[in-house]
Amino acid sequence: MTEIHLTGRAASPGLAIGPVTVLTVAVESRRTTGDPAQETAALKVAIEGAAAELAELIEAEQGEAADILEFQVAMLEDDALAEGAFDAISAGTPADHAWRSVLNAEIAGYRSAEDEYFRARVADLVDIRDRVLVCLNGADKSAAIIGGSIVAGDDISPSTFLAANWRRGGAIVLAAGSSSSHVAMLARARGTPMVVGLGPLCWDDRPPALALVDGDAGTVIFDPEPETQRLFEHRMRAVNAALAIADAGRTKPAFTAGGRRIAVLLNIAAPQDLAGLDPAICDGVGLVRTEFLFGASQGLPDEETQYAVYRRILDWAEGRPVTIRTLDAGGDKPIPGLTIDGESNPFLGLRGIRLSLSRPEVFRMQLRALARAAVHGMLKVMLPMVAIPSELDSARELLDDEIAALRAKGIACARPPLGIMVEVPAAALCAEDFDAGFYSIGSNDLTQYTMAAARDIGAIADLNDTGNPAVLALIARTVEAARARGVEVSLCGDAAADTRLTKALLAAGLTTLSVSPVAVARLKATIATVSP
Amino acid sequence: MHDVNASRASKTFMPLTASAVLVNPVGLHARPSVKLTQCAKSFAAKIEIALAPDGPWTDAKSPVKVMRVKAPQGAMLYFRVAGPDGDAALAAVLALVHDGFGEG
Repeated sequence: MTEIHLTGRAASPGLAIGPVTVLTVAVESRRTTGDPAQETAALKVAIEGAAAELAELIEAEQGEAADILEFQVAMLEDDALAEGAFDAISAGTPADHAWRSVLNAEIAGYRSAEDEYFRARVADLVDIRDRVLVCLNGADKSAAIIGGSIVAGDDISPSTFLAANWRRGGAIVLAAGSSSSHVAMLARARGTPMVVGLGPLCWDDRPPALALVDGDAGTVIFDPEPETQRLFEHRMRAVNAALAIADAGRTKPAFTAGGRRIAVLLNIAAPQDLAGLDPAICDGVGLVRTEFLFGASQGLPDEETQYAVYRRILDWAEGRPVTIRTLDAGGDKPIPGLTIDGESNPFLGLRGIRLSLSRPEVFRMQLRALARAAVHGMLKVMLPMVAIPSELDSARELLDDEIAALRAKGIACARPPLGIMVEVPAAALCAEDFDAGFYSIGSNDLTQYTMAAARDIGAIADLNDTGNPAVLALIARTVEAARARGVEVSLCGDAAADTRLTKALLAAGLTTLSVSPVAVARLKATIATVSP
Repeated sequence: MHDVNASRASKTFMPLTASAVLVNPVGLHARPSVKLTQCAKSFAAKIEIALAPDGPWTDAKSPVKVMRVKAPQGAMLYFRVAGPDGDAALAAVLALVHDGFGEG
């Protein structure tokens, strides 16, 4: 057994070790009949069943996807594919074993092909193999993921992720996947290490038993040699010990080695994210995404619903500042009935503040709810995707209108400071021109727009680097503008939680970072190592 | 009855041979293989392919076997056809190859 090293992209930090659960082959073990005639019949039925399933899938597909499936059907319908399996069955081999070993031999032939294109057909053959096995043995739906295991697959759906128990450890390693997928966000929030973009995960006979996952470096080692495993466990113990110390210190304020005080705020997507958290771990809430209110099928939330949610978060914060971002829909966050379908380039389209200003009735209601909630704590309101000062000015006029209307009706309200999220390079370059109450740097979009590289496209993922001097220069420029204008500036993107960047971010002049709750202890511990 | 005729036919008809260069971008891959086998299956004649003029010969009606040939772009593909509709069959498969399997 040789250990297999694979390198992908880090999607959620942390180290993990555990048994491997392969998502794609959730095949139950099967009791063989022992009778060659019955086994032959069973395999025939399974192959026909698999072909019928594929035919059904083709109905729903078009173009390339349909062609790929038609190829699989043609292969399945060809007696030449299974003839070796039927020979083995008549010699007494159980149907599933016979099929698996014949297909594995076929797969090995493709894997050794000189031509890249034929090598890539391995995935089709694996698909064919497993589809027939599932028809033969039945799919094991309940066993899915055992707590503490390393889940390997092409991709994983949010529902599969949510159905598993991650408290006992474990990790996710994916052939494809994206660090900006919903599962990656969930994994980061729960502290589950995750690596994506590993390339095809192909195992000839059986999947690996054990895996070591480094969610910081984006590497995975399958079936490690004892020495490799020993070193990894040693490293994990050291990291865990450091984390335990960090955890113990996470309710203390963060200082650099040189004694500089750094404010650590929380990013949350919904009030539930705060459940069970001690507000003492943070200096406030740096980003409340409000898209969760607008998702799902319940339609747009009314003013009372929004007010109640905003107030709950302010109550939790016990007087600490809370920055709530107005609806940031569009781009990768479509909302039925609100965002525009079929934009040719949604990331450069009607999203964030642009959408809010084009749908003022929805925006006004949110501003009303926010002004009412502002009475109950230290609320700040942040506008996403601002590119030019007039967008901020228009939003301010709407806020002023709504506050005047509330006061006229005698409804309690207050005027929260209105700030901008700096994520469009234009806003960073001219930050001083904005009459903003504060700045919050959205490093994810700022990086993507500056580098012209999306995070979820594997071939250019390296370019999507917040540590690039161009991105750091825009961050430093925003910090300078904030200083010159005497307002606060923070950074609330994923870069804040990437401890490899902490030193560079603090060097750029930032003194406030906002991260998901699970990243607080780690960030504080890292800040303590930065000098001065 | 039909079978008897077919076997007699394959004895009677001299095999026809021809060759053509694979011009489509990625060789005889999944989609072209499916097209070739579908075309071949529409004829009664025995149709075989090879990467050399003297074989080894592969049944052109089996996508599994055609894919095993792994014929890359630019390869010379040899055909051997025998049967009552051999002429039409050979013309049809050659047309497919010349046409790049409709992939341009």
